[in-house]
Amino acid sequence: MRTLPRSLCWLAMGGLACGLGWPTLLAADTLEPIVVGYLGMERPDDREPLSVLDPVLDDDGVQGARLGISDNNASAQFLGQEFLLHEAQVAQGDDIDEALESLVEQGVEWIVSGLPGEALSELMAHPARGERVVFNARAPDDELRGEACHPQLYHTTPSRRMLADALAQFLGFKQWDRWALVYGNTEEDRILADVLRAAAERYGHRIVGDRQWPHDPMARRAEGGFHAIQREIPVFVQDLPEHDVLVIADETDYFGEYFPYQTWTPRQVVGTQGLIATPWHRAHESWGAVQLQRRFEELAERWMTPRDFSAWLAVRSLGEAAARTGSVERETILDYMLSEEFELAGYLGLPVSYRTWNHQLRQPILITGPRMVASVSPQEGYLHSRTPLDSLGADEGESTCRF
Amino acid sequence: MPFLNRRGPVSKFGHSLLGLALGTLPLLSSSAQAERIFVSNEKDNTVSVIDGASLEVVETIRVGRRPRAMAFSSDGSELFVAVGDDESIDMIDLETLQVVRSQSSGEDPEVIRVDPNRPYVYVSNEDDNIVSVLDYERRTLVTEIPVGVEPEGLGISPDGRWLISTTETSNMAHIIDLETMEAVHHRLVGARPRHAEFTHDGREAWVSSEIAGMVSILDMEETFDIKHTIRFDVPGVPRETVQAVGVELTSDGRYAFVALGPSNRVAVIDQQSYEVLDYILVGQRVWHLALNGDESRLYTTNGVSGDVTMIEVDGLRAVKSIPVGRFPWGVIVEP
Repeated sequence: MRTLPRSLCWLAMGGLACGLGWPTLLAADTLEPIVVGYLGMERPDDREPLSVLDPVLDDDGVQGARLGISDNNASAQFLGQEFLLHEAQVAQGDDIDEALESLVEQGVEWIVSGLPGEALSELMAHPARGERVVFNARAPDDELRGEACHPQLYHTTPSRRMLADALAQFLGFKQWDRWALVYGNTEEDRILADVLRAAAERYGHRIVGDRQWPHDPMARRAEGGFHAIQREIPVFVQDLPEHDVLVIADETDYFGEYFPYQTWTPRQVVGTQGLIATPWHRAHESWGAVQLQRRFEELAERWMTPRDFSAWLAVRSLGEAAARTGSVERETILDYMLSEEFELAGYLGLPVSYRTWNHQLRQPILITGPRMVASVSPQEGYLHSRTPLDSLGADEGESTCRF
Repeated sequence: MPFLNRRGPVSKFGHSLLGLALGTLPLLSSSAQAERIFVSNEKDNTVSVIDGASLEVVETIRVGRRPRAMAFSSDGSELFVAVGDDESIDMIDLETLQVVRSQSSGEDPEVIRVDPNRPYVYVSNEDDNIVSVLDYERRTLVTEIPVGVEPEGLGISPDGRWLISTTETSNMAHIIDLETMEAVHHRLVGARPRHAEFTHDGREAWVSSEIAGMVSILDMEETFDIKHTIRFDVPGVPRETVQAVGVELTSDGRYAFVALGPSNRVAVIDQQSYEVLDYILVGQRVWHLALNGDESRLYTTNGVSGDVTMIEVDGLRAVKSIPVGRFPWGVIVEP
């Protein structure tokens, strides 16, 4: 068990107030604090991205929360408010008690969760949490937005279904509607395969055949590994029926990266590798995103990841609601966040806001290759009576969430 | 008969319908014929020059990387273009249409405004959270004014007393006293404020917010508070695509025009009653607007469709769209 609580008041105050010299502009001597806690989980030692080009991160997510605090304080100080961040990390496989309690002791009133689904459920049920609201900035499980939803749980990270729908819409735009599906042997991949099947059905695609990748993870670095891969993969996909795209479901990133350029027929690889659906990507620079990318890189000295972005959105949601209502009270902030007035600029071209029926943040989803953004969903022509953004993920009528 | 060359809206009828051509005669004031319209093409690193008489591109000026906002020098001899990726302001001689010099502007200049009294150009530096003040005669940096996160829009009062800087992430209008060069008031406006424009009498400043899709009107006489908010409801268009960006105000106090981004509309507003009178369909993702000298025409930049639409102010009618470069951003008409 290792906890890393760290007060970031220096960052929150220093970024603008001290760094840029605004002393004359500080509104009041006593600022009303909004204390946010980031609760993360250590990365498992055996889980690293397959490509050696991808950095192995130990601060994934928390850096987004740090930037959100700094961005919030830029306007909060004029309004007599101040955002503070405390951080705690749960060791892999450990329970969350100690980390949660340390945050509570430090006066944390709002929690941004960088926990996977199971640990997040544990957090929601934990007595030490009390009435504190949790923002899920990591777990994509649709179940947490459905049967296992919770009135004090908000999701800034998109669900698997939202990502799958976003990809399905783009493939619909391309008229690539015959999919061959290859999925991994993890529980996540089994769930994702089902979600992809549902998205295919919703948007009129056909899954013509599927295969489970039979191997366990290989060493990330293997001398000459591609010799085997080059022979293995064409044979593995050879007898799949005629298809337009090969869809990969490999959330833990242990085999999908091998597939591009190795297929039997010349087909695009899409899904969790190749062309992917994601809330954030370094190649995204439209709608002012370049500014967020630069601010983040200055702070974190690395690229912003989807988890960083989801954590940033969570903290910014609080900042926006507190600024607009002029209040730091939980009920006032939540009422505003769920109202039609709430609109957050997420650098994605359209304002993002919360779905009242399951507290999921509705947001555009990037469709991107490894080096260039190809598109953003929802795609033109997929209509919805409320907002096109609600064509992604569980809609009000079909949601199984009952608060 | 030079006016017959201006065949924009009636070109499909050729020369045969002289009566129709004559019918448009009142529009063909001398200023409309002589005027030149400058359009910055963000992706092409060029400025297109449109001839007001023919409504065609007559020149394309190569400038620095990522040209966005433009402004004329006070004496009208030069056009300033903020070239964001080159971190400078390119200055174009309006006689030769060549970039004659370039002044360093600080990081990522986006919007610029020229002081009516002093040889100063104000620059919003998006990445540095400051507004830079440059002296374009001495070519020096006068001062830097700290504002909120991601400054974008700048508006200057007609008397040169006030400058408003809007910050996209702080969602604020920072009101800067140009005598002391300090931000003295800070007002929360709609999400992602993009542009600030003063009324010609200097009593109000109109601040547009892209994500909120609204315009906040600030009282610039006494309170500096928001005195009115205008929202837009374009029939048959998803609410999220209604994003307010460019603002133009006629000097007679009659109309306000607001570019509504990816809803592809320009809103027409009564400047006195704040009532939305009409929505005019233009090209895709309309961002910035410019009235011509006699305010008979409004030009719009349509980023995604890569063209400029000319609207007749009398009649509020989109007349013609003119293809320019890729991602046209700003537009300005020679006075």
